[in-house]
Amino acid sequence: VRDPIADFGAKGIGAVHGLGRFGAFAARVAVALVTPPARLRRTLDELHDVGVLSLAVIGVSGLAVGMVLGLQGYNTLVRFGAEESLGAVVGLSLIRELGPVLSALLVTGRAASAAAAEIASMGVTEQLDGLRMMSIEPVHFVVAPKVVAFVVCMPLLSALFIVLGLAGGYLVGVLFLGVDAGGYVSSLQQTVELGEDVVPSLVKSVVFGVLVGLIAAYRGFHAEPHSAGVSRATTSTVVVASVTTLIVDYFLTALWGVNP
Amino acid sequence: MKPRARDFLVGLFLIAGIAAIALLSLSVAGSAYRGPGGLELVVTFDQIGGLKPRAPVVIGGVKVGQVRSIGLDDDLRARVVLDVDQRLKLPTDTSAVILTAGVLGDQYVELSPGGETTLLKSGDEIQFKQDAFVLERMIGKLIQNLGAEDDKK
Repeated sequence: VRDPIADFGAKGIGAVHGLGRFGAFAARVAVALVTPPARLRRTLDELHDVGVLSLAVIGVSGLAVGMVLGLQGYNTLVRFGAEESLGAVVGLSLIRELGPVLSALLVTGRAASAAAAEIASMGVTEQLDGLRMMSIEPVHFVVAPKVVAFVVCMPLLSALFIVLGLAGGYLVGVLFLGVDAGGYVSSLQQTVELGEDVVPSLVKSVVFGVLVGLIAAYRGFHAEPHSAGVSRATTSTVVVASVTTLIVDYFLTALWGVNP
Repeated sequence: MKPRARDFLVGLFLIAGIAAIALLSLSVAGSAYRGPGGLELVVTFDQIGGLKPRAPVVIGGVKVGQVRSIGLDDDLRARVVLDVDQRLKLPTDTSAVILTAGVLGDQYVELSPGGETTLLKSGDEIQFKQDAFVLERMIGKLIQNLGAEDDKK
């Protein structure tokens, strides 16, 4: 006889168990990071895969998001005769929320899925076991450089996203819709604060980098060793990392305190 | 791809990313007015409305400086410090007014030079000033006055 309460309890235990395994995995990665030798060559290659290869998608998306913000912001502001504040609207939305969150989602789709698939297929083809046979710790050699690459690249990509978004808003607002160029720039500079906007934005994207990198590595590392397992690891990386990013973003924003 | 070519791209990416962060922290979040400053003027207002630090200071619509800081003085009145281009020759009877850009826009300080021959020095206080116009108060007064006129009839 199925007992729904017991089923629910088992699910709960499973969830806590999974969270604990994730925490233990994160601890293993942290230990690997401080264990010599430093894998500089591997880290550089991963920086290329995560950072350089994500540049195109980040750049195009940032520009497009900035342009649509400029258009929408203008249409709303012009009703109140406040289109001079367009720079503030575009800048604050990009810096506070859209930059870190959207670039985390894009990097998840572009690089985290690839990282999870790579680690998972290394597991399927027994390359991870091969490394262990040569007494090279896979977490040290494969996983840690990937996580470092995500943590380093995320704030840089987010900053590039924001800068291109600001340029996109300028393009639409100033060049197409005729907002005063000086008004756009000065309203941007008057509203954006270093301590209240820019630093929290960078902190956010570092946190997202840690989360996305660890989730991708964990899902790939613990994939079931067959081809369906690889695809499951890739899918669940994208789903879990995206949802986690959005939920954690709320709590980071709430913790920091919303400024008027 | 050769490892050196890859490293070069990684280096370019890192430089571009750090440049973007620097641009955001130094320029975008920096001061709104990048012209010359140096002349520090103090104005004490009873009511500054929504004036904020880094709001522009203008003369006849031309930007000449920005609000450095806002605080309370010993008499609990709003003490506003302006940072203005030091090359300007501002007479001692210059007046300062807090105005609003548009009905709902941001507030700024407008200086109107007077006719004295002695000039303001850094640290001087501007004596002639007019407080911020607060829309709600004006509406409140208007309604009171209208009510008082109705009572007369």
